[in-house]
Amino acid sequence: MKNRKQETADTSDLLAVQSLSKAFGGLQALYDVSFTVERGTIYGLIGPNGAGKTTLFNLITGVFSPDEGRILFENKEIQGIPIYDVVKTGIARTFQNVELFGGMTVLENVMVGCHVRSRSGFLGAVSRLPRVMKEERRIKQKSLELLDFVGLMPYSDQKSTDIPLGRQRMLEIARALAAVPDLLLLDEPAAGLNAVETRSLGELIAKIKEKGITMILVEHDMSLTMKVSDMVVVLDQGQKIAEGVPKDIQSDETVMAAYLGKSG
Amino acid sequence: MAIAPHRIIYLIFPSIIILAGLFVQNSYYLQVLTFIGINTLLALGLNLLMGYAGQISLGHAAFYGIGAYTTAVLTVHYGLSPWAALPCALAVSALVALIVGFPTLKLTGYYLGMGTLGFGMIVHIVFREWSDLTGGASGFIGIPPLDLGPISFSSGRNYFYLVWAIVMMCLVVSNRLINSRVGRALRSIHDSEIAAGAMGINTMSLKIRVFVLSAVFSALAGFLYAHFVMFISPGSFDFLVSIRIVTMVVIGGMASIWGALFGATLLTLLPEWLHAFSEFEMVVYGLILMVVMILLPQGLTRGVLDIYEKSKTRNR
Repeated sequence: MKNRKQETADTSDLLAVQSLSKAFGGLQALYDVSFTVERGTIYGLIGPNGAGKTTLFNLITGVFSPDEGRILFENKEIQGIPIYDVVKTGIARTFQNVELFGGMTVLENVMVGCHVRSRSGFLGAVSRLPRVMKEERRIKQKSLELLDFVGLMPYSDQKSTDIPLGRQRMLEIARALAAVPDLLLLDEPAAGLNAVETRSLGELIAKIKEKGITMILVEHDMSLTMKVSDMVVVLDQGQKIAEGVPKDIQSDETVMAAYLGKSG
Repeated sequence: MAIAPHRIIYLIFPSIIILAGLFVQNSYYLQVLTFIGINTLLALGLNLLMGYAGQISLGHAAFYGIGAYTTAVLTVHYGLSPWAALPCALAVSALVALIVGFPTLKLTGYYLGMGTLGFGMIVHIVFREWSDLTGGASGFIGIPPLDLGPISFSSGRNYFYLVWAIVMMCLVVSNRLINSRVGRALRSIHDSEIAAGAMGINTMSLKIRVFVLSAVFSALAGFLYAHFVMFISPGSFDFLVSIRIVTMVVIGGMASIWGALFGATLLTLLPEWLHAFSEFEMVVYGLILMVVMILLPQGLTRGVLDIYEKSKTRNR
């Protein structure tokens, strides 16, 4: 493999997306999108439905490969790496349409999240060697800590799909955190939440930031996005139309026209 | 804290087996009980694949047959001892599962059902047509009985103990597997393949591995079957047998280790009980299965547990 040097590489940049394009059949979902995410910050990614936000997430996490462009994570190219290997590099995500493991309890869902940071296989499972049992205890301990962190401890033994949607979204975040990510991608975490739930989500995002985890947030709830984001990128019809601090984006003419509507 | 119920069962269950072995004198009953054990192995294997990982197979009788025919060919044609033939039977089945699994497990849902169905039919035709090796449609005779040093398993009682000892071992193996990191990964594939991938689980590789494991369980059942009845024919491993294994898993309760046991028990006993109905046997058989599925759609295990929990809350 060629080891291409990245001349613009900056050590404070955790993620660099360079000229990313992706088409599905005749539909150009993303076209020539570039931006960089600084370590320890929260990036808001906004745009109308169909702007390509989820496609961008799917490219970064390896669900699809881009047609063109590069994705650099910690200065290493990760485009085209399969989804299960991307998470090993330190990128975890949540899903727009909550993708919990419905047959499992709340606790077990987070335990699956630890998969990538643990190793026992078939033989370990059957033999139950002390090493395996120790790892199993560590997984459980860590999952309980994460449930406590997101405030789901009282629900740990319930079936994951039996808890309210707001809590399910929190659970998805806890499950993603179990992979010990450097970068966390949140795909519309506030969708379907009421005002109270959205507020506690905002608080949780702030707590995660304090842990030094970088986040990219796709969200339609403008007040939440503007409040928590350090930088905002606006996509429209697959292209980046604006980028800047929340204050500037809110007053940006192009964004008004494309996203908020001319009357806004 | 008292011993958890799932631990008590590990004491009760072997006791029942030992008592049954001591007190059941009728050789016909012992034979039926042995068949229940063999069927439990089949259901356990398929349950790992279908109940837990959510991947259907309508061709599992093929692996059952491969286990039986491999040991038959090796012991009769090549004079191997059955204990030397056993690892070969398991390995052949695992290898076939690996080769078939790669392209087939890329399919999902109905298509996977069709793919495995086709595979099962091909293997059945091979058993029937490769007559030099398998004896063809008329079957394979003269498979030797099992013995281990001075212990001969040609008696019904000893074979019963052997089969159930293996069943218990496989129950423990399945149970440990399911409640482990790998087991959770398996179950996660069942619920959301994309989320499983995002957790770092290589879903394709894991599906193939559990497919192979479940084929090995089936081959083990085939081995035990061949040396028990000492005569095998393609009819014992055809499409209907595959469907019956699926039915055992569904009736017993998907994603339940004990469900495999209940399902196998019911589906082995029913035809025996229903002989009295003579020509209406299959009608009554079908009716009973329909009623079970309508009343207890989650299968026997879940259904019985639900009734138990309901009665508990009512008494409170």
